Amino acid sequence: MLLDEPLIFERGSRGREGWDVPPAPAGEVLPLPAELRREDDLAGLPEVGELEVLRHFLRLSQWNYSAATTLYPLGSCTMKYNPVVNEEAARLAGFARLHPLVPAALAQGALAVLAGLEDALMAVTGLDAVCLQPAAGAHGELLGLLLVRAYHVERGNPRRRVLIPSSAHGTNPASAALCGYEVTEVPANERGLISAAAVATVMDESVAALMVTNPNTLGLFEEEIEAVSAAVHARGGLVYMDGANMNALMGVAKPGDMGVDVMHLNLHKTFSTPHGGGGPGAGPVAVRAALVDYLPVPRLVRRADAFAWNEEAPKSVGRLHAFYGNFGILLRAYAYILRLGGAGLAEATRLAVLNANYLRARLVSTYHLPYATPSLHECVFTDRNLQDHDVHTLDVAKRLLDYGFYAPTIYFPLVVKGALMIEPTESESKETLDEFADAMLRIAAEAATDPTLVRDAPHTARTGRLDETRAARRPVLRWRPAPPAAG
Amino acid sequence: MEFPDDVRYTKDHEWLRLNNGDGVVGITDFAQDQLGDVVFVELPAVGAELSQGQAFGVVESNKTVSDLFAPVSGRVTAVNPALRDEPERVNQDPYGEGWMIRVALGRRQEVDGLLDAAGYRALVEDEKS
Amino acid sequence: MSAYTPHTPGDVAAMLATIGVRSLDDLFAHVPAALRARAAIGLPAGLTEPELRAHLDALAARDPGAEAAVFLGAGAYPHWSPAVVDQILRRSEFATAYTPYQPEVSQGTLQTIFEFQTFAALLLGLEVANASMYDGASATAEAVLMARRLLPGRRTAWLSRALHPHYRATVATYLRGLHDVVLRELPFAADGRSDLGALRAGLGEDALCVVVGYPNVFGVVDDLAGAAALVHEAGALAVSVTTEPLALAMLRSPGASGADVAVAEGQGFGLPVSYGGPGVGLFAIHERHVRSMPGRVVGETVDAQGRRGFVLTLATREQHIRRERATSNICTNQGLCTLAVTVYLSMLGRQGLRALAEANYRAAHLAAARLAAAGATPAFGAPFFNEFVVRAPEVVARWETLASEGLVAGFPLERWYPELAGTLLLCVTETHSTAQIDRLLHAVAPLAPKPRAARA
Repeated sequence: MLLDEPLIFERGSRGREGWDVPPAPAGEVLPLPAELRREDDLAGLPEVGELEVLRHFLRLSQWNYSAATTLYPLGSCTMKYNPVVNEEAARLAGFARLHPLVPAALAQGALAVLAGLEDALMAVTGLDAVCLQPAAGAHGELLGLLLVRAYHVERGNPRRRVLIPSSAHGTNPASAALCGYEVTEVPANERGLISAAAVATVMDESVAALMVTNPNTLGLFEEEIEAVSAAVHARGGLVYMDGANMNALMGVAKPGDMGVDVMHLNLHKTFSTPHGGGGPGAGPVAVRAALVDYLPVPRLVRRADAFAWNEEAPKSVGRLHAFYGNFGILLRAYAYILRLGGAGLAEATRLAVLNANYLRARLVSTYHLPYATPSLHECVFTDRNLQDHDVHTLDVAKRLLDYGFYAPTIYFPLVVKGALMIEPTESESKETLDEFADAMLRIAAEAATDPTLVRDAPHTARTGRLDETRAARRPVLRWRPAPPAAG
Repeated sequence: MEFPDDVRYTKDHEWLRLNNGDGVVGITDFAQDQLGDVVFVELPAVGAELSQGQAFGVVESNKTVSDLFAPVSGRVTAVNPALRDEPERVNQDPYGEGWMIRVALGRRQEVDGLLDAAGYRALVEDEKS
Repeated sequence: MSAYTPHTPGDVAAMLATIGVRSLDDLFAHVPAALRARAAIGLPAGLTEPELRAHLDALAARDPGAEAAVFLGAGAYPHWSPAVVDQILRRSEFATAYTPYQPEVSQGTLQTIFEFQTFAALLLGLEVANASMYDGASATAEAVLMARRLLPGRRTAWLSRALHPHYRATVATYLRGLHDVVLRELPFAADGRSDLGALRAGLGEDALCVVVGYPNVFGVVDDLAGAAALVHEAGALAVSVTTEPLALAMLRSPGASGADVAVAEGQGFGLPVSYGGPGVGLFAIHERHVRSMPGRVVGETVDAQGRRGFVLTLATREQHIRRERATSNICTNQGLCTLAVTVYLSMLGRQGLRALAEANYRAAHLAAARLAAAGATPAFGAPFFNEFVVRAPEVVARWETLASEGLVAGFPLERWYPELAGTLLLCVTETHSTAQIDRLLHAVAPLAPKPRAARA
């Protein structure tokens, strides 16, 4: 952690070569016209050696906390174990080196993976079809709402509004806006849930869909979901489910049974693909039969003797990614599902919920719990009990880093002031949970006895708290070559 | 917290100071305190026509973004050029160097509907409790 | 208990006791019973790790092996990647971290993204770049949406017909819900470049942007500078789209050619083709447009002791703060793919990248010359990089058969362009051996004597 490491652009020496590129073939060729030639000869790119590169990135890697190296209890992110064997699967030459435009006859292995994954996601969600093309949850939301729009357009009117609970993730309203919809907020009740009555009050024929996260961003199951869906359907609307929290539902409740018409899943959450420092992910969309015709092209079709791609779908919304989406990620998720099987997926959910409730029980007498409603896979506390010491959520998060843990999700959902949203996942053992709970309790004690220690945290990290105001006021978004020396 | 007497206030925490028939507009001390460190201010073009209550710009802090609402109707005659590079002026001197726009008033009587210092102070006390 | 979970029965019992419930089922008592009763997942039992590996090995073995000769590019490009790249991608410290919300313990991810942004800006020839988009196609859609934010009121976005059709389709999908942008198609001329005469005639006061491939889907180096000049005269924005990023090492940069927004698919820089994904979208712009830019971005700053560090910044553009008024609904980047690109470009460096681009250019041009001599004549006359189109109707007719024999002779463009029936889009990179190119030639001219090695 203490080794200093400059930018790669600040390393190296003029003329040094990193990797010996295969020699260019000899022979007469027409040169590229001068006016099309690169103007700067790639000035500024590093000139570094192989060991230098390896060392640079290995050193940087050591400045990261990660789910493999410590508990990473980020609420809503499901930082579960990312099985190593899945990395091997993604690197099999038959998959990694398979070009997306080979004839389907040459891609039957890859297509079997995609078909198997579609089937598995249908089994988990209870819905009728799956599109694997979206590259992330927000990408899936965009698709889901475009499907909603296409459905209504075919019925004569795209409708105007989308209902979104106040606790929703910010991508929900952003996606709705991108699809041309106005957002109407649905307030939560005193238990942190939306009621069918509240939905019915704002529901009318101008509403295209309700977007609901279940369990919601407070980790609470929407107990009236069936009645909520019925209220939306009664006025011709559709129910969109944000599946970010599906890790709480496998084998517990199927969205298809809740009245959900369309949803996305985050394979990088529930289905164990690595988060990669922010991606790549995959956000497949599952739909009821009424929406199948609008799904993107190409559609994977199952013929008697082979899988094939079908580009002909006149009602399709089109495509939202080149080729078929993030195949390498889809493959990892498929490997995870095969390894666990149906019963194993259900068991993962049960233990994830056990772990979250265990942490809730260990912390509830010290940290303020804004909603007493039963938790599923995550629990949300606040900093209210620490405020007398002028210690806040951000300070608790930073102090946790000193104890060797990553921080929970903080200040989200927005409906809870000073939220600390903790999601341990099923991967963690009781001992690790106890160590984390002990750290949280010690921090609460420190807030009373030595609040400065908490407010100045972290003390052991690569850097202290960074000046985010400076970064935003005068953005420095890249390295620049030093100006040539005078003379 | 400052509530100067030489400006009038809106419920949305903007202030307006009359100056030779023009109005100078900014956000209040309370508003800048609530926002935290201001990192960027987006302002309209000179010449833009505003109507009272209309969003005319955006002020961004690290963690939040707020609309700016016109206290009065009128045409924008100047914007504070210094805020482009030094948005921190809004925090440091909200009623002075942190001013945002100058407006040629369209309807003078609108000013009478704005809050005075005492009225605004009461509003803020109310919001804080 | 299932795979990957550490709980012993004793652990579970102790934890339930602490919680104050008797069974795991009790934790779900508030979920309606009717839902729970139907929730069993109808999937087979799990596999052991060896069983899983055997199953996936068998599936992978159904796909063509390394001995096949595949001359496909068209948006996904085969290149050798230094072993160091994958070694770093396997580091769990990078692979299993989340978006760097706690910068003090995410400096590894943040610094590499800052380096990635620098590489992207340098190569694309513009001032700043974001932390990446999902892929080149969605980055193109985001570029059009950004133009819409910068030039409100202008309606017409021109997309070159020679832009990759998946990219055009993605732009159209992204715009489906918005009614203030109209897409128009810019035809291509006989030489394979966008038809600037048609552009000049069509550009009007409501022109929003023009999007051209650079090189375009035919591998042809489009006249980006000419298009940009026309677009700027009309007060609109020029967007360039590069699917093969290696071309940027040789071609005049998009920024220097006049692009206001330059996007690229980064897969060619260190990522396997992997049946089409994941890739990574590079997205670069002028600094003055930065507050309208979509996506995550990392900036440099300091801590209280003045030590340099990096943070996610300009967050007020984004969905978690601005919600329905965000610049985009995107809330991640392609973190690990940006790492691959960053390590790859570091490994090749200035010298290696130039040499590799030169090698690709030469390999493709030599192959094109041999093909032309064998009867597969070029369909277009404009300059190209490592992809080109030839007329070879007999080969097109036998395309699937040849493929089943292990020779994928490029891509029959008729599938995307009915007007180009009988043509093949061929990609030749440093990965193609002389023997593979000979196989391709043999397919074009089976009756000709088997050609000698190109470098004889």
